Amino acid sequence: MSQTTHSPLKTAFFSALLVLAVAYPVLGLKLTTVGIKLQVHGASPATLWAIAACAVAMFFWQLFRDRLARAWQSAPRLPKIPARVSNTLTLPSTQRRVIMVLIVIALAWPFFGSRGAVDIATLVLIYVLLGLGLNIVVGLAGLLDLGYVGFYAVGAYSYALLSHYYGLGFWTCLPIAGLMAALFGFVLGFPVLRLRGDYLAIVTLGFGEIIRILLRNMTELTGGPNGISNIDKPSLFGLSFDRVAPEGMQTFHEFFGLSYQSINKVIFLYLIALLLVLFALFVINRLIRMPIGRAWEALREDEIACRALGLNPTVIKLSAFTIGASFAGFAGSFFAARQGLITPESFTFIESAIILAIVVAGGMGSQLGVILAAVVLTLLPELTREFADYRMLIFGALMVLMMIWRPQGLLPMQRPHLELKQ
Amino acid sequence: MSRPILEASGLTMRFGGLLAVNGVNLTVNPKQVVSMIGPNGAGKTTVFNCLTGFYQPTSGSILLDGEPIHGLPGHKIARKGVVRTFQNVRLFKDMTVVENLLIAQHRHLNTNYLSGLFKTPAYRRSERQAMEFAAHWLERVNLLDLANRPAGTLAYGQQRRLEIARCMMTRPRLLMLDEPAAGLNPRETEDLKALISVLRDEHDVTVLLIEHDMKLVMSISDYIYVINQGTPLASGTPEQVRSNPDVIKAYLGEA
Repeated sequence: MSQTTHSPLKTAFFSALLVLAVAYPVLGLKLTTVGIKLQVHGASPATLWAIAACAVAMFFWQLFRDRLARAWQSAPRLPKIPARVSNTLTLPSTQRRVIMVLIVIALAWPFFGSRGAVDIATLVLIYVLLGLGLNIVVGLAGLLDLGYVGFYAVGAYSYALLSHYYGLGFWTCLPIAGLMAALFGFVLGFPVLRLRGDYLAIVTLGFGEIIRILLRNMTELTGGPNGISNIDKPSLFGLSFDRVAPEGMQTFHEFFGLSYQSINKVIFLYLIALLLVLFALFVINRLIRMPIGRAWEALREDEIACRALGLNPTVIKLSAFTIGASFAGFAGSFFAARQGLITPESFTFIESAIILAIVVAGGMGSQLGVILAAVVLTLLPELTREFADYRMLIFGALMVLMMIWRPQGLLPMQRPHLELKQ
Repeated sequence: MSRPILEASGLTMRFGGLLAVNGVNLTVNPKQVVSMIGPNGAGKTTVFNCLTGFYQPTSGSILLDGEPIHGLPGHKIARKGVVRTFQNVRLFKDMTVVENLLIAQHRHLNTNYLSGLFKTPAYRRSERQAMEFAAHWLERVNLLDLANRPAGTLAYGQQRRLEIARCMMTRPRLLMLDEPAAGLNPRETEDLKALISVLRDEHDVTVLLIEHDMKLVMSISDYIYVINQGTPLASGTPEQVRSNPDVIKAYLGEA
């Protein structure tokens, strides 16, 4: 009897001691330089109390661990989603209907939401567009691309530079930016698509960084770390959304005889983003039902069998890479137009990681999943603004929890199967 | 005699210090069934891999209709009409049976992006024709009822038949089957034999076969090559091979 109670008490005691031994020197002591000397100060009483509280908490946690675990066992589990419901949810037809509903909500959104809400929704839509694009590469073709943000940067700088040097408008530059990004995707993809898995991931990661560093160092052309500012906003058939129209242009509110409202501009930007997302949804929906979409799937399953049947793996991968990149180009040029200022620091690796997180968290290959994940992962940092310091911590914790509970993603999608009608 | 469809001479494949295939010569005449037999590990599949471009042979030449094909990548050789199956079935398991057949027709389909995005009549027609061609062959191999099932859920014998049907989608001239009867029961083997005869007689397909089932090989082959430890041992008609003392020795060991 004594043996059984003795052991956890001892463990608990030493655990608490360990907390003190580790936390006190690390958090409880502060080093300051006075002149050339280093002085050691004690930390504030609050910190010391916190350390003590942690040690006590650890003591009790270790002491009652078994009992807590048992209590946890008997606690009601999260209700499992019934198999039939989850099957229905992953059907392409169901997801299509949900997407339709979401589109209706998205169309109504700007006319009811506040200015801030519309602005955040625009940001969400940019990430949806990026997620949908990367989903082609990662989710459909199964190529791990860690440098996707590079194509986003190419798109953004295409518009910014063309607008800055040649005064071209947004609508002219949008397809050009898409094409430029696609071209970069093609040029990069050509040599690297013989690689697979980890190797491909590393090369694309490097590519994303190279683009960013190139943009930062080509100071004469791109303005270096300062980036490019005063990028023109999009116009509606030549109507500007500014208070006062530039030379030779008319403003939206004058043309329609309305009073100037700054929210109009925000709504207009939102609608452009929505248009781009709808375009992407349409194109991708067709693509996955086309021969090339089938070939992506087949290639992901068995590359050797594909080759034996006369499919050229490089061409098929390249098409996925190029098409995916072009969507990043569209997103990039829109981003530049919305921000009005871009710097290389907008296109760091963390952006690539977030876009990839959107695709993985949403469920590979699922468009509805990507949309939901983009909403969650964009809103989360906005909602946790007060905990800005812990933002990445929350982000990481969410990812870990996702992988434990739903490794297949929020809403995975079954591929739409072609049926033979008999 | 017409010109051989496939002619390999002095085919050698070396992996580091291992000589897997050593000076194999093959001549395959059109509309014949030619078999390659030999004990396990004799290098038969390696020969297949060389012929279909999955390996680049260390030396030797391969002529398809008198045109050299060695050194070409696998998909280019497949496009010239040389299509193979695999010893361990390689289907796209998560895709449906009919989709497996559509993938194989990729090259013959309308793969223009714009016509696919706008679903032009030409695109619809090409998809419909592909579907019909697939249905035609599914009926031939008796899998029509399973057309919309994921390929991975089929029974083993059915998967084997599907793999052959998938090869036929590419309109091959030379079909290379790597142990198609492995794991089949006697009835399924009979069906396979009938199917191979149909391919040769009605569809003008030449068949190159690796097989261990001697009953099947002897009854269907027009010509047989025997390979042992990477080197050619004997060749001839089934009767010649059957009575060859070297072959008997290789298969049954020293008396």
